[in-house]
Amino acid sequence: MQNTTQQCASCTVHNKKNLERLGIEMEDYNFLIALAGNPNTGKSTVFNYLTGLHQHTGNWPGKTVSRAEGAYIYSSKKYKLIDLPGTYSLLSTSADEEIARDFILFGQPDVTVIVLDATRLERNLNLTLQILEITERVVVCVNLADEAKRHGITVDPKYLSERLGVPVVLASARQGDGMQELLAAVEGVATGEITCKPHRISSLPEEIRKAIEQLSAKIETSFPGLPNSRWIALRLLEGDQRMIEAVGSGELSVLAEALVQSTNVT
Amino acid sequence: MNLNEHILKEANKLRFQIGENIHDAVISSIYQEANSIAGNAILLDRKKHAKVIDSKVDRIVTSKTWGFAIMFALLALVFWLTVEGANVPSGMLASLLVDTLHPFLKSVATQIGFPWWLSGVLIDGAYLALAWVISVMLPPMAIFFPLFTFLEDLGYLPRVAFNLDAIFRKAGAHGKQALTMSMGFGCNAAGVVAARIIDSPRERIIAIITNNFSLCNGRWPTQILIASIFIGTLVPPLYSGMVTAGAVITVALFGILLSLIVSRGLSNTILKGEPSSFSLELPPYRKPRLLQILYTSLIDRTLFVLWRAIVFAAPAGVLIWLTANITIDDKSIAHLFTVWSDPFALLFGLNGVILLAYIIAIPANEIVIPTILMLTVQILGMDNLGSGSGVMFEADSVSLTADILVAGGWTALTGVCLMLFSLLHNPCSTTIYTIYKETGSIKWTVLATIIPIIMGFTLCFIVAQGYYFLIN
Repeated sequence: MQNTTQQCASCTVHNKKNLERLGIEMEDYNFLIALAGNPNTGKSTVFNYLTGLHQHTGNWPGKTVSRAEGAYIYSSKKYKLIDLPGTYSLLSTSADEEIARDFILFGQPDVTVIVLDATRLERNLNLTLQILEITERVVVCVNLADEAKRHGITVDPKYLSERLGVPVVLASARQGDGMQELLAAVEGVATGEITCKPHRISSLPEEIRKAIEQLSAKIETSFPGLPNSRWIALRLLEGDQRMIEAVGSGELSVLAEALVQSTNVT
Repeated sequence: MNLNEHILKEANKLRFQIGENIHDAVISSIYQEANSIAGNAILLDRKKHAKVIDSKVDRIVTSKTWGFAIMFALLALVFWLTVEGANVPSGMLASLLVDTLHPFLKSVATQIGFPWWLSGVLIDGAYLALAWVISVMLPPMAIFFPLFTFLEDLGYLPRVAFNLDAIFRKAGAHGKQALTMSMGFGCNAAGVVAARIIDSPRERIIAIITNNFSLCNGRWPTQILIASIFIGTLVPPLYSGMVTAGAVITVALFGILLSLIVSRGLSNTILKGEPSSFSLELPPYRKPRLLQILYTSLIDRTLFVLWRAIVFAAPAGVLIWLTANITIDDKSIAHLFTVWSDPFALLFGLNGVILLAYIIAIPANEIVIPTILMLTVQILGMDNLGSGSGVMFEADSVSLTADILVAGGWTALTGVCLMLFSLLHNPCSTTIYTIYKETGSIKWTVLATIIPIIMGFTLCFIVAQGYYFLIN
C-alpha cells in the first residue's frame, strides 16, 4: 500500500492538483456520490477532505444525524457528494437509518462510497453486504488503516475487492492517505470504466431464496430497469411499510423509469 | 396500478408461507457471510494486538469504582479551567467594549446629532447588549469548547455514555440519551437534534423533553457569576475559584439527576414502555489533532454559538431599553412590572426583576444577568453606578455586581434560587422551535416547555419557604 501511495503521488494523472474542492457550490454536477457507512468510521472526515468543508467530526458514533452536501472537481468532472448518517444496518426503522436507506434506494447516486472501519471489519461488512444488495455501483473505502496497523490488524484490499466484486481502497482519511486512490476508483465506477459484480447474499435458506426469486421476477416485470428488485422483494417479504407504500403508490415505477432513461442517455 | 397490487398480494402470500423467521434468517445469512469475508481479509498480529493499551484504559475509565470518579474529576477540571481562565480576558473585553467604546460611540452619536431616543435604542440598547454578550460569553466558550472537543476527539464521550447507560435504562430511557445530554451541555438545541440517534420514538421524545435539564452554555455565565458572588465569597479567596466551580458542578449534576427523575416519570406515565436495547461501540482512542480541535471548537462551536447570541441579544437590548424608558404616569414599564410582581416572586425566593429578566431573555439565556443588573440599578435609582437610566452595563468587577445586587435586596437565598431557576425554566426560543421541528407536535413542545417551569417554581418555593421557616 505504501508503494502505491508513493507511485500515485508522483503520477501526473493522480496529482493532488487534480482535486479541486468546491465546498457547497454544487450546481451542474456530472456525478452524484453518496457516502455511507457505520457510525464513527470517518465518513465525515472523508467528506471534509474531498469537499474542503468542515462538517463537524468527533470520535463518537452518531454525530452526523442529517445529511450534509458538498462538491469537488476531479479530472475535470464535477461530483456532488452527500454525507449520509452513519448506520449499522438498513433493516430497521430509526430516523437516521431511513434517511440513509431512502437516499441509496431513491436518490439514485451514481456511486455509493461505503466507508469501513478497518479495526472492525466484520461488523462493518454487515452494512456493506446490505448496500451491495441495493446498488451495484459501489466503492469500498477501508478507512482508519493506520489505526488498524497500531492494533496489529492488516487488511488485504485485493482479497476484499475480489469477494465483494467492487473496488476496495485502503485509507487513513485523517492523514489524507488513500484519498487519491479513492477519487480514481470513484471516477472509474462513475464513468463506467470499472464494472462491478457485487457480492449477493447466497446463504439464505432455500424457501426464502425461492420466495425472493419468485417475487423479484414479478417486480421486474412491473418495473423494468430496476437494479435492486431482489432487495425490494426481500423488504416486501419482511413487511416493510415504507416499501409497501413505494410499490403501491407507484413511486418505484417513477424511479425505474428515471433509471431506464439515464441508462439510455449514457 | 393493478399490477402493483398484484405484487403486494403475492408478497403477502409468500410471507405467510415462509413464516415469521425471514428477518432473522436474512440477518444471520448476512452475519455469516460478513464473518467469512472478514476472517479471510484480515491478518492479525496477535502480539501487537494484545499490546494496545485501549482495553486496559477502558477497564479503568469504565470501571464501577473509578468510572464515575474520573468522570466528575474531568468535568470539575474542565469547569475550573473555564472559570479561572475566563476572568481576565472577560474583564479586558469588557473594559474595551463597554468602558471605552461605548462612551466613544455615544459621543459620536451626539456629534452627528442623533436624537436621544435613537442613540438610546441603538447604542444603550442594542450595542451594549452585544458588548456584554461578547465579553461575558466569548472567553469561557473559547476555553470550554476546545477542552470539550479534545475529550470528544480523544474518544472519551462514548465512555461517559457507557458509564451512564445502566442508570438511564433504570430510568426507562435510552442509553444513548447520555450522549444527547452531553451535547445539551453545549447547547440544548443541538442536544435536541442529536436525539435523532435514538431509534425508538418513545425514548427519543423522552430525550428531547429532558434535554433542557442539561445546563447549556448560555446559562453558565449566570451560574458562574452568581456562584462567585454568593457562594465563592463564603470561603477565603484562595479557594473561591474551586468552591465556585464546585457549586456550578453541583447544579449541573442536580440537572442530570432531575433529567433522570423526569425520564423515569415520563416512561412510567405518558410515555410508557420498555427501554430498548442497543449496542454501544467504544471506539478506539485516537490521538487528538490539536489544530483540528482548535478550528472545530473555535469556528464551528464558539463563533456559531456567539453569533446566535448576538442575533438575539441586539433586539433584546432594544426591548430592555424600551421597557426602561417608556413610561406610564412617570414610571417605566419595567418599574411598574417589577413592583407589581415582587410580592409573588418573593414567595419563590426570587424578585420581580428576575421574573422580568427571564421574560425579556426568552430568546437567549445569555442576556439574563445584564438585564437583571440594568433593571436593579434603574429601580434603585443608582444612576451613578450604572451608565444611566435603562442602560445595560457590565459591572467593572464581580464585587461591584455584588454591591448592586445586595443593594437591590438580594440575599444568599436569592442567589441560590436564581441558580435553581436558571437550571429549571423554559428552554430558550431557539430550543423550543427546534423541539417543535423535531417532534412535529405541539403537545410535546408545550410539555417540554412547561415541565421545567413548573419544577423551577416548585423547587424555588420549597427552598424559599424552608429557609423562611428556619430563620423564624
